[in-house]
Amino acid sequence: MAFLEIQDLRKAFPGQTEPVFEHIRFAIEKGEFVCIIGHSGCGKTTILNVLAGLDTASGGTVIMDGREVAGPSLERGVVFQGHALMPWLSVMRNIAFAAKSKWPDWNEARVQAHCQKFIDMVGLSGAEHKKPAQLSGGMKQRVGIARAFAIQPKMLLLDEPFGALDALTRGTIQDELVKIVRATQQTVFMITHDVDEAILLADKILLMSNGPRAVIAEIVENTLPRDRARHSMHHDPQYYRIRNHLVDFLINRSKLYSGSTEAPRVVRPGLEEGPAASGEAPTVAAARIVNLRH
Amino acid sequence: MATHRLWLRSAALSLLFFVLLVGAWHLATLPKAEVQGANDEYAKLMGKGARKAEGFPTPAAIAAAAWQQLSDPFYDRGPNDKGIGIQLGHSLARVGLGYLLAMLFAIPLGFVIGMSPLMYRALDPYIQILKPISPLAWMPLALYTIKDSSISGIFVIFICSVWPMLINTAFGVAAVRRDWLNVARTLEVKPLRRAFQVILPAAAPTILTGMRISMGIAWLVIVAAEMLVGGTGVGYFVWNEWNNLNLTNVIFAILVIGVVGMLLDLAIGRLQKLVTYVE
Repeated sequence: MAFLEIQDLRKAFPGQTEPVFEHIRFAIEKGEFVCIIGHSGCGKTTILNVLAGLDTASGGTVIMDGREVAGPSLERGVVFQGHALMPWLSVMRNIAFAAKSKWPDWNEARVQAHCQKFIDMVGLSGAEHKKPAQLSGGMKQRVGIARAFAIQPKMLLLDEPFGALDALTRGTIQDELVKIVRATQQTVFMITHDVDEAILLADKILLMSNGPRAVIAEIVENTLPRDRARHSMHHDPQYYRIRNHLVDFLINRSKLYSGSTEAPRVVRPGLEEGPAASGEAPTVAAARIVNLRH
Repeated sequence: MATHRLWLRSAALSLLFFVLLVGAWHLATLPKAEVQGANDEYAKLMGKGARKAEGFPTPAAIAAAAWQQLSDPFYDRGPNDKGIGIQLGHSLARVGLGYLLAMLFAIPLGFVIGMSPLMYRALDPYIQILKPISPLAWMPLALYTIKDSSISGIFVIFICSVWPMLINTAFGVAAVRRDWLNVARTLEVKPLRRAFQVILPAAAPTILTGMRISMGIAWLVIVAAEMLVGGTGVGYFVWNEWNNLNLTNVIFAILVIGVVGMLLDLAIGRLQKLVTYVE
């Protein structure tokens, strides 16, 4: 059994006839980095909230490490879309708040030393005593990441953590996240709208169809070498095959799967026959449109 | 530089207004030529001694009275003649006690109302009806049940300062950002720690705003309440001096009430600044 198993997850909001998503099933192995991509409104955030225990599904089960997920837990760290730092606490105190939740018996010195490690890790040394309002958007999100890592969870859930950042900042933090995740062997589930971000970070990319009755249509395996880097990745022809496949899905095929009951197809673009193998030029242009939209 | 100059100019203008106001007041209250001589005895018999000049007191008379009162603020010569310091002390003690009781009642209850939409809806009609009642309307009821005028004063302060604190606390608690509560949930924060370390600091600026409004109202109400129940306090002082036809002391007391009210507001304003955060 995989580390995290999602079986037949379904969510219907009260007053709506059709469920937002249904038949959601996928698995995440320990140490795997999984991204989920889909259009707005397909229920990605709801799935993440169910995994976090902040929301409940209308049906189906989530099993992590052999136990069913019921309610929030310190075993799963969450990085929120809007960083969700407490503005009255300094950087250090924000992270210490999390650390003290996990280890209530630790004394102040131990908590501080522990938090300092994670502040250094995200490159915020020197900003420990600043309040969130004094930090840039990128720095705030680093604090959010440090806070999630500081409780050393079994799994990390990231809800579009870089969505509000400018492209340059996003790039730098992505690089740092790659470094940290590879060093810590962290299991990660992340929502993103950015195709390049998914290819850089993820081992597996879940493609979600449009809602209502959204499903996981395909599971794309990232066949690029694991030591890929943002600055060289685009020289690999394989990168474009994956990218085109993702963009093609988002633009042309994401509406075709609504209500499908089949298990998601596992796809390795470029290494087997797939729908994206044909017609590269138009999808490159389409990729630009996708990037502009987000 | 520019702000510095603005500060200087506004101060100069304030001073000018002060001089104009006091000047106009002085001119308007200049003593008229008094008939001296034969009628002196008669005037004395009628209680129109030289000390109690007729008409509205001049600024100089106020200044003299203020000097006299402030140089010996704590004298006590019987129930109808106490120094302004003692009277202020009584008023402040009543306000302080009533206000403290209101805090102890309103802030926890506001927490409950803010956290529970059910309680909010259930208690809302009561709050809406009780809130607009003038606190002095409670006075007869308070006097009848408590049977002590001083404690009744405290009760009136309690009842008038409770509403803004209650409503603001409930509002502040209900408006705490979902994100922060979710952070607390994912960290499995216990309810008490969540209340004190997440909700309280998040709602503190709103709660302090309510406390500031309450203090303003309490200070307005105490004067009226003390006029009604009598005995001690600045309100009683004002009324007593009016009965003595000593307008000089009445005006002095009015100024004191204003200054103390401002200081109370400033103090809570400081506190408010301490707990305010920038998002």
